[in-house]
Amino acid sequence: MAFQLTVNGRSSTVDVPADMPLLWVIRDVLKLKGTKYGCGIGQCGACTVHLNGKAVRSCQTPVSAAAKAPITTLEGLSAEGTHPVQVAWMEIDVPQCGYCQAGQMMSAAALLAKTPKPTDQEISSAMNGNLCRCGTYIRIRQAIHKAAEIATTSKLKKPTEVAAGQSGAQQ
Amino acid sequence: MREATKSIMVVNRRSFLLQVSSLAGGGVLLGLAIKPPKASAQFGPPVAQVPNNFIKIAPDGTITIMAKDPEVGQGIKTMLPMLIAEELDVDWKRVVIEQTDFDDTKYALQFAGGSLGTPFNWDPMRRVGAAGRQLLVSAAAQSWGVPEAECSTAAGRVLHNGSGRSVGYGEIASKAAAMPAPDLAKVKLKDPKDYKIIGHSQRGYDVPKIVTGKPLFSIDFTLPNMLFAVYQKCPVFAGKVVSANLDEIKAMPGVRDAFVVEGNVKPGVIVEADALEPGVAIVADSWWQAQTARKKLQVKWDEGHGASQSSVGFAQKAQELSQQPPAKTLRKDGDPDGALQGAAKMVEAAYTYPFIAHAPLEPQNCTAHWQGDKIEIWSNSQVPGGGRTLVAKTLGIPEKSVTIHMQRGGGGFGRRLTNDYMVESAWISKVVNAPVKLLWTREDDFGHDYYRPGGFQFLKGGVDGSGKIVAWRNHFVSWGDGDRSPQASTMSPGEFPARYIPNYALHTSVQPLWLKTGALRAPGSNAYAFIIQSFIDELAHAAGKDPVEFRLALLENKPLPAPAPSPGGFGGPEFSAERTRGVLQLVAEKSGWGKRSLGSGRSLGVAFHYSHMGYFAEVAEVSVSAEKKVKVHKVWVAVDIGSQIINPNFAENLVHGAVIDGLSELMGQEITLEGGRVVQTNYDKHTMVRMAQAPEIEVHWLKTNNPPTGLGEPALPPILPAVCNAIFTATGKRLRELPLSKSGYGWA
Repeated sequence: MAFQLTVNGRSSTVDVPADMPLLWVIRDVLKLKGTKYGCGIGQCGACTVHLNGKAVRSCQTPVSAAAKAPITTLEGLSAEGTHPVQVAWMEIDVPQCGYCQAGQMMSAAALLAKTPKPTDQEISSAMNGNLCRCGTYIRIRQAIHKAAEIATTSKLKKPTEVAAGQSGAQQ
Repeated sequence: MREATKSIMVVNRRSFLLQVSSLAGGGVLLGLAIKPPKASAQFGPPVAQVPNNFIKIAPDGTITIMAKDPEVGQGIKTMLPMLIAEELDVDWKRVVIEQTDFDDTKYALQFAGGSLGTPFNWDPMRRVGAAGRQLLVSAAAQSWGVPEAECSTAAGRVLHNGSGRSVGYGEIASKAAAMPAPDLAKVKLKDPKDYKIIGHSQRGYDVPKIVTGKPLFSIDFTLPNMLFAVYQKCPVFAGKVVSANLDEIKAMPGVRDAFVVEGNVKPGVIVEADALEPGVAIVADSWWQAQTARKKLQVKWDEGHGASQSSVGFAQKAQELSQQPPAKTLRKDGDPDGALQGAAKMVEAAYTYPFIAHAPLEPQNCTAHWQGDKIEIWSNSQVPGGGRTLVAKTLGIPEKSVTIHMQRGGGGFGRRLTNDYMVESAWISKVVNAPVKLLWTREDDFGHDYYRPGGFQFLKGGVDGSGKIVAWRNHFVSWGDGDRSPQASTMSPGEFPARYIPNYALHTSVQPLWLKTGALRAPGSNAYAFIIQSFIDELAHAAGKDPVEFRLALLENKPLPAPAPSPGGFGGPEFSAERTRGVLQLVAEKSGWGKRSLGSGRSLGVAFHYSHMGYFAEVAEVSVSAEKKVKVHKVWVAVDIGSQIINPNFAENLVHGAVIDGLSELMGQEITLEGGRVVQTNYDKHTMVRMAQAPEIEVHWLKTNNPPTGLGEPALPPILPAVCNAIFTATGKRLRELPLSKSGYGWA
């Protein structure tokens, strides 16, 4: 079946079974590999994307349910790493293995879009669906607070100040 | 190295090799031989002097440093180049890191395991960098006609101190390629006080790619015309395929082929690690099509002997064995049975811990491309060398016909120390004669792991009238067949508190196990620390002593002779009571041990453990409700892993993760068998700590004058007993069975 999808602002038509999970359409048909497969049952959150601005588990979302609303993946936050969540994740140096982080960042971005200054409680609640097997939760929480701060001051900063492509010193 | 146009090989008198090559365009490549400091039977034979290639210097001064070890989240891809860059004396911001392929003729040992990345590479990688610096200094000094002693370096430039002249490494690199090779054993290493990179936090090199979703992991790798495969194995380990509805599967949309794989695994009480297990392969144009077809797959299995196993049966058998005289005695000092009878107080306790799964978040996957008589593989293996051997043997081709490209792994934890998924993908690619990506489902992963073995330990301990431990007897009921044991199921006879108690016995008995087992982060230690440090706590309370003071007193005892060295550093002769006391005293101080009033239902618990050459003591502040809801408020960790913390910010992150990983094991993780089948199929039944449950964690580095050692594993073991000991103090309830959820506990 043909479905019209709008992913990261780009429209494309995919010819796939109606029950094919959005995750596999994104990864293997649209070739956007940032979104990850972790459990296939909506337990780990590695596959989190935004559907109409809301964080959803793409492994549990059939493509047929995603055809009418805009979809954003990690690649859609920004290609260069300039979204406040991406900047904060780099500044705090959150990842260990990094595999869950796409899902973590998408949940965080959805939270911040709705709640610009989240409390610890609100963060815990919004991030409850995302597992980190490496246990980087402390850093993730710090990075969300940092991203909230960056988002409110970002108009004052040029994105180039962040050295997105460089592996720079932290201290 | 496409740029290498000519190569000069210099062999110095110590048999270190230095290979200097000019690069097209005027750069230089420095390849230096390293001799691994220590052979490790676990990770393959030691590779002697071989040329390696680590540094490329481009004319514009860009420094490219090769990262040779598999990256699975332990930070090695950033850390090893830091060691080279420090001694090469370059600006870290101008360093480009390249992941190498697997090539032991160039890079010697390439593996991720045993927390050995730091101890194996600390010295040789710095020497590689220092030799490179020496060459560049010599070249500059010669071109200026000045003594080398008048030259210094900084941030990728050679400086002449007298004249103020300077030259960039890129400008002098071609000349450096013609200089005589320095003696690696004699190159001058920096004074640590001058370090600009080591000991200073550097961001993970791949982080910018991770946060923008670039294809980076093994699962993301693709080839043109690549097919996708799923592989259905018997739910009972090593069960064979009798028949399957292959014709129906082959007719499903997108399916290119479906076939039975006989495999070559030899099931038995001791499972041969790393073999091709029997199953049915389905290959399709897309993974989803292969997986959709699989839902229609019907296989008649010959389940074999394994189907008679159950966790209930294991526990019953262990109880029986505990009542009988032990089969073997691994260590005996003094007269433990007599001393127990004469003790002022005797404590008896039975501890158990379950099988658990590794479950790294990136499911097992591998891409293989069979091409006539050779094969190319893209894998996140922790031991690519072992994978190469297994693939070559199984496919009947020479090892040189197997090329392995190393891909970033989404977690390892020891699961990728076995190459079962690699050999499956290789076999399938050969059968269909096409590039194939094999991807396991999470259910495949939980059902076919090399599990952390469970076990049963029956302890007795005695304290004398003065409150000192006088006797310790452990009857460890584990797995095996006579003298043979499955992986990660044995205990070293030198494991603490052996040697520190005058009357001590470690006895063992075994029962058969028809299941794969393997090393999980801090193997052995991740279970034994729970038991040893909980039981020490029991004895401390029986003696009426403060748990920290009681441990410090135990560590003051003059140690009995050590047994022969055990591999992996799980206790044994290297154990230093002095370093252990150091971290124990530090963690007590930082946590305010004995100095704070916490109120009812809230307590501190302490534990320490030595493994992988690292000393860790941890204190957990825990509250427990009447409904058995546990909240870990804060954890203090004191660490002695030697004189340097190479990448402090990342090191702290690793310690946080180890503590949180340990909390997951403590509360919610258990693999059980029914009818030979694994019951837990996904993360909902084998749970991990989520963000709300992650405590505040404070890490304190105790730097001592010892060579730096690894961090990935030894931070984990103490947290389990630290929390259990806190729960005892808060509630009076001693917890001797993991996971705690089995006793009705849960997170608050």
